[in-house]
Amino acid sequence: MHPAYSIIIFTTASGAGYGLLALLCLFGALGLLPAERWLGLLGFGIAFALITAGLLASSWHLGHPERAWRAFSQWRSSWLSREGVMAVATYVPSGLFAAAWVFVETTEGIWALLGLVSAVVALATVCCTAMIYASLKTVRQWHSAWVPAGYLALALMSGALWLSFLASLFGLAGAGLLVLSLLAIALGAAIKLGTWRHNAAAAKDLTSAQATGLAKFGSVRQVEAPHSQANYLMREMGHRVARKHARKLRRLAVTTAFALPFALVLLALIAPAWLAGLALFLAVASSSVGLLVERWLFFAEAQHVVTLYYGAEVA
Amino acid sequence: MSQQPEIELSPRIADEVKATTCYMCACRCGIKVHLKDGRVRYIEGNRDHPVNGGVLCAKGSAGIMQHYSPARLRKPLLRVGERGSGDFKEIEWEEALGLASDWLGEIRARDPRKLAFFTGRDQSQALTGWWASQFGTPNYAAHGGFCSVNMAAAGLYTVGGSFWEFGEADWEHTRYFLLFGVAEDHDSNPIKIALGKLKKRGVKIVSVNPVRTGYSSIADEWVAIRPGTDGLFVAALIRELLLADKIDLESLVRSSNAHWLVIQAPGEADDGLFARDAEGKPLAWDRNTEALVDAGSIEIAPAVVGRFALPDGRAAVPAFQLLAERFLDDRYAPETVAAETGVPAATIKRIAAELAHAAFEQEVRLDVPWTDWAGRRHEAMIGRPVAMHGMRGISAHSNGFHTCRMIHVLQMLLGAIDCPGGFRYKPPFPKPVPPPLKPAGRADQVVPDQPMGGPPLGFPTGPEDLLVDPDGSARRIDKAYSWEAPLAAHGLMHMVIANAAKGDPYPVDLLFLYMANMAWNSSMNVPGVIEALTAKDEAGNYRIPKLIYADAYASETVAYADLVLPDTTYLERWDCISLLDRPICSAEGPADSIRQPVTAPDRDVRPFQDVMIELGARLGLPGFVTETGAPRYPGGYPDYIVNHERAPGIGPLAGWRGEDGRAEGRGAVNPDQLERYIENGCFWRYELAPSLHYFKHINRDYLEWARDFGLLGSAEPIVHQLYSEPLQRFRLAARGHGERQPPEEHRARVEAYFDPLPLWYAPFEEAALVGGDLPMHAVTQRPMAMYHSWGSQNAWLRQIHADNRLNVHRETAARLGIAEDDWVWVISHQGRVKGQVRLVEGVNPDTVWTWNAIGKRAGAWGLDPKAPEATRGFLLNHVISELLPERAGGFRYSNSDPVTGQAAWYDLRVRIEKADPQEAAETAPRFETLRPLPGAPARPDVLRFGKEFRSGGGQGA
Amino acid sequence: MTSLPPPTDKKLGLVIDLDICVGCHACAVSCKEWNTSGASAPLTDLDPYGANNDGVWLNRIHSYEVDDGAGGMTVNFPRSCLHCETPDCVTVCPTGASYKRAEDGIVLVNPDTCIGCKLCSWACPYGAREFDEDDGVMKKCTLCVDRVYNETLDPADRQPACVRACPTGARAFGDLGDPESAVSKLVAEREGEALLPQLGYKPVNRYLPPRPRRRDAGEAGAALTPQPLPSGAAGGDAAGDRFFRWVDRVLSR
Repeated sequence: MHPAYSIIIFTTASGAGYGLLALLCLFGALGLLPAERWLGLLGFGIAFALITAGLLASSWHLGHPERAWRAFSQWRSSWLSREGVMAVATYVPSGLFAAAWVFVETTEGIWALLGLVSAVVALATVCCTAMIYASLKTVRQWHSAWVPAGYLALALMSGALWLSFLASLFGLAGAGLLVLSLLAIALGAAIKLGTWRHNAAAAKDLTSAQATGLAKFGSVRQVEAPHSQANYLMREMGHRVARKHARKLRRLAVTTAFALPFALVLLALIAPAWLAGLALFLAVASSSVGLLVERWLFFAEAQHVVTLYYGAEVA
Repeated sequence: MSQQPEIELSPRIADEVKATTCYMCACRCGIKVHLKDGRVRYIEGNRDHPVNGGVLCAKGSAGIMQHYSPARLRKPLLRVGERGSGDFKEIEWEEALGLASDWLGEIRARDPRKLAFFTGRDQSQALTGWWASQFGTPNYAAHGGFCSVNMAAAGLYTVGGSFWEFGEADWEHTRYFLLFGVAEDHDSNPIKIALGKLKKRGVKIVSVNPVRTGYSSIADEWVAIRPGTDGLFVAALIRELLLADKIDLESLVRSSNAHWLVIQAPGEADDGLFARDAEGKPLAWDRNTEALVDAGSIEIAPAVVGRFALPDGRAAVPAFQLLAERFLDDRYAPETVAAETGVPAATIKRIAAELAHAAFEQEVRLDVPWTDWAGRRHEAMIGRPVAMHGMRGISAHSNGFHTCRMIHVLQMLLGAIDCPGGFRYKPPFPKPVPPPLKPAGRADQVVPDQPMGGPPLGFPTGPEDLLVDPDGSARRIDKAYSWEAPLAAHGLMHMVIANAAKGDPYPVDLLFLYMANMAWNSSMNVPGVIEALTAKDEAGNYRIPKLIYADAYASETVAYADLVLPDTTYLERWDCISLLDRPICSAEGPADSIRQPVTAPDRDVRPFQDVMIELGARLGLPGFVTETGAPRYPGGYPDYIVNHERAPGIGPLAGWRGEDGRAEGRGAVNPDQLERYIENGCFWRYELAPSLHYFKHINRDYLEWARDFGLLGSAEPIVHQLYSEPLQRFRLAARGHGERQPPEEHRARVEAYFDPLPLWYAPFEEAALVGGDLPMHAVTQRPMAMYHSWGSQNAWLRQIHADNRLNVHRETAARLGIAEDDWVWVISHQGRVKGQVRLVEGVNPDTVWTWNAIGKRAGAWGLDPKAPEATRGFLLNHVISELLPERAGGFRYSNSDPVTGQAAWYDLRVRIEKADPQEAAETAPRFETLRPLPGAPARPDVLRFGKEFRSGGGQGA
Repeated sequence: MTSLPPPTDKKLGLVIDLDICVGCHACAVSCKEWNTSGASAPLTDLDPYGANNDGVWLNRIHSYEVDDGAGGMTVNFPRSCLHCETPDCVTVCPTGASYKRAEDGIVLVNPDTCIGCKLCSWACPYGAREFDEDDGVMKKCTLCVDRVYNETLDPADRQPACVRACPTGARAFGDLGDPESAVSKLVAEREGEALLPQLGYKPVNRYLPPRPRRRDAGEAGAALTPQPLPSGAAGGDAAGDRFFRWVDRVLSR
């Protein structure tokens, strides 16, 4: 699949934003973080900025962004529509919760309930995003539970890193939060590595012979494509990444998304506050780069079934 | 849930629908053009039309893009820079026509031969040929010499008809269809329609073709023959059939000269000619009376083998015996030919058995009574349901004439010509064998300021009909009808530029080309042609002093013209597809058609035919002016179509003749004729009675009808020439008999190839290079969605084919270390060209092939110079020589069939070598980029054709 | 509207005969020609005369070689929307622009409400949907819905442009939901295939497989039997004497 930057930015930024939002709401609601105005302003500000930037990025990808409002209508069947509805829906409880935190400096009582609802809705939005891809039977690497698991885990991981960093600015990054971040990184890494392993092991069980209905005769090879030049389908669905190149990028992703942030959070656990803050900032930056690479690979390594008509012999 | 949107299910798509005839190729399908707001909105096939019955090919549906192509020429152009530089200025038509008529008039008054007038895939040859002969030059032909003349000549010298659109298989009744040769172009929609029907009926289709694409891909059996060996394959089939006695001798003695006695008198002047009585009638041996009889008489029992004494004591044998002797030879045994053809002996034997089974065990009987030439009534039409068709792969070899003749002989032996289930003539065929028309151009026929007194093209039957000077040299610029190409019934367009630049046999003053892309894909050895077009003599003058080019589009050739006359598109003009030219008849009756302008030109262009008529009038050519010298056809081409009479009552169109419009075939001029055609969808057809549908060559009612209709001179039966006496006449001349004999250097060649019986010999290039390092064949074919160069300017069609690959057999490539997508050099004795490889299995392993005429010169056809056509597309023409490798003594024959002069494109021998990976991934050689022509429009970045027609309109948000 | 309509009896679709298709592209260009001025006009062409020419087509023709272990086959393969019964391309659409018609099952895109998110094209395994980058909306085969019911056309012309144009008769249009329709009978007779049924989209269109190639002798026999020469014939079996087999033949003219 073509790795469109708009979609890579959309999924990574909104993932981090929803992860941060969910954790802020959850921790706030549970009283694990104080309803401190400036923490709230910064935390929710960054979360909403990431989410909104992601959503805006996703609309660059549209042929008709001015019609984007129509996308809220088909939530009954479409994960993309659900994602849109949930994205907007998340703003309401989380916006109220954030307002209470920032302006009233309270997260208790009814507000706590709103915070819990916000956390659930934010994570549900991430699930909806993931399900846009996981529901596609046409991309075998995507059509599995690993994809929503990965999206959720990585959203939580980037949220936890952001939260740890922000908390550290206010001297609130306690060991509990950092350990949670370490666990989130470990979970994210495990799921990503598991996904890759799963995809490598998954049989490519569709062939060009099946795609053309000619399997009963023998194997099938394309000798003349419909047109001389690449078309939309080949550009959008026929993207190929060289195996060697992919291996290199995977190493880069693992290092920057997981290994380095893990080490930096460990450092933050034991380092003085100023250094811990810097380490956590670097952890956020590194994981952001790593997740961009991871998401690029998520698309670039995915093979669409339509490639069977355009020269691929298995998918 | 929102509502399913309302959509417009019955949009009215046109303000007006006009019928006309397609010209996206030479198929001549009927089309209906839907016009909306004055623009062409949609073109569809005309359901009622005899050619296509409503279907339309990819090209036809893309006609809109041809019509609106930015490569259209816009105004007459006069060269102002060096030839080939592309420096032109736009001029007015008055100046253009004035220049052309000045140049032409001066030549006509001095020596009309100094005009060489050649047209491409033109369909108004009845007009252009007549114009040439009124002008007085023999140097006229269309492109048949590099296209189809072997096919046409072999057919016309053998059975009086030929393949391609001039005949057709009996698709309804045949039970076995044998398809020969690469290249699926001519008659394409009718053949596609028919193949679909055959498949649905379960008729076995066998394709003998080195390449498995298109028609061959759906054949029940694909015979991956080595190019140029079809004759061997057919000979082996004939041998098998003869040995098993699975031949239709009854049909042979009825329809052919199988029983005619051939004089056996080696060394004598009439050796090998038919024995004739005092009246010149050929003789046969009647077994009933044990006597020599007129071979044309009926109720005799003619012998087909045996040796008989003639009254003068000499011996004679029936022609059939000579044929049997030839083909029973072990040279043609399946086991012998298997290695050369690449077809296993068992396959050849099986196909022979299948042919025999279909022909003799599955006889077709139609209960339609008919009357033979002798007046004998037959209660039914009984046919041998084996049909064959040949394509360019048969024709474009230096052995193509004999190979094609051999296929016709195979059909004759099976009794499968114009019978139910067999090959069928389309009127005006059959013609006498060969047609009684001799080429004009002898010294006494070419006189300044006089018409030529005959057509430039015809059918010689002996050396006396050649157009040669007393020293044996050619009288035509292309050397057609010379000893190098005696039966060049379509001329040798591919030799004109090279010969003219060399002054061999003489220089010309003006080369006038129409719609023939001679500076690119219609020439062999493109670099050589470009050099010839720009060559100068010592005085600095061009060796070809003047060049006028007429075309509708900015082809590669435009850059080499001194004067460019811009033609219209096919939707902007009148045309007639005439019985005098290459008509659209079916086996069940004659037909012809017209084009009408469906929209007016938006540029300063004129239909070429109007221009020729205007020039004819300005030059005062006899047929083009009245007695008072006024233009005879002031209304241009439509005026000519209606009012011209080639013979009394016979004009370009056969329908709605006579003052009341009721006559067909012959009849007075009808001023309303074109209106009648338009009312009828722009075509006319005549349905023959069922009793005239078959056996036309010996069917009295057909022959008499054809005579009365003006298609035949007499109702005499048409005799198939199993044995060709005209060929033997040339051979006798080569053996030193007769007044006109070939010069010494041509004798051996004429003797060898003017064999009265079909034979196979290795294609010349292959034979000359035997043992060399060019082990492979290279052939080309047009893709079905493109027609020569025209398609590349077409925004839709060029998406399908923007570049071409060299298709190489997977195993061959593996042996050579060549992989998919590698760039390779294709190297011939002439030069080399670079292309990119595609690996396939559907090709003869000794053969590589590519799509023809996709490669373009940068800057031509209105394309971006970086277009894939120019950077990756390649032409095999660059490496095909117009001359054969040098012979002893330095003489080089043209790379043509020795009988007809047909260009031997498919004889090409090559080797392929992997290109250096350091070299750019693009084709070579490349030629200098052509400059845009004055007034050429900007190329759009985005084409939104049809947006303005969208129904239901608005872009909601 | 992206929820699928309840299943209907009428299932309009195409039947494509791979045994007959010669790969001529007539259907593809006819489709382009009709639809570039049709309901989702235009089918834009980018850089039409340039180096990277590409356009929107609703039907494309591939050629494949099949290795059947017995000489192989070349199969020409037209590919367009299969108008599936349960297509994801409809249900994934967030706006309802992609829909399946309740009355006949034709899958369409409303060009006025499509936001151009491309997700439907991702959901289609058959490559049936092409995004028009200039127009910003998705385009696809309409089964010529503006022809098949078009009362301004001659009844004989009320069929998709591709079917109308196909020279070999390799395409047929009809109601595949009606077992008695000509197309359904053809599919039954020729064992027409649905493509990639394992994905579960239930394509309506069917492909008729190529008939087995016939490289065997069949009833004609593997070879002809040479006729013996008549006894007492002057000749032996030397090539030049073989014609004596016809020496006693009595023919009539």
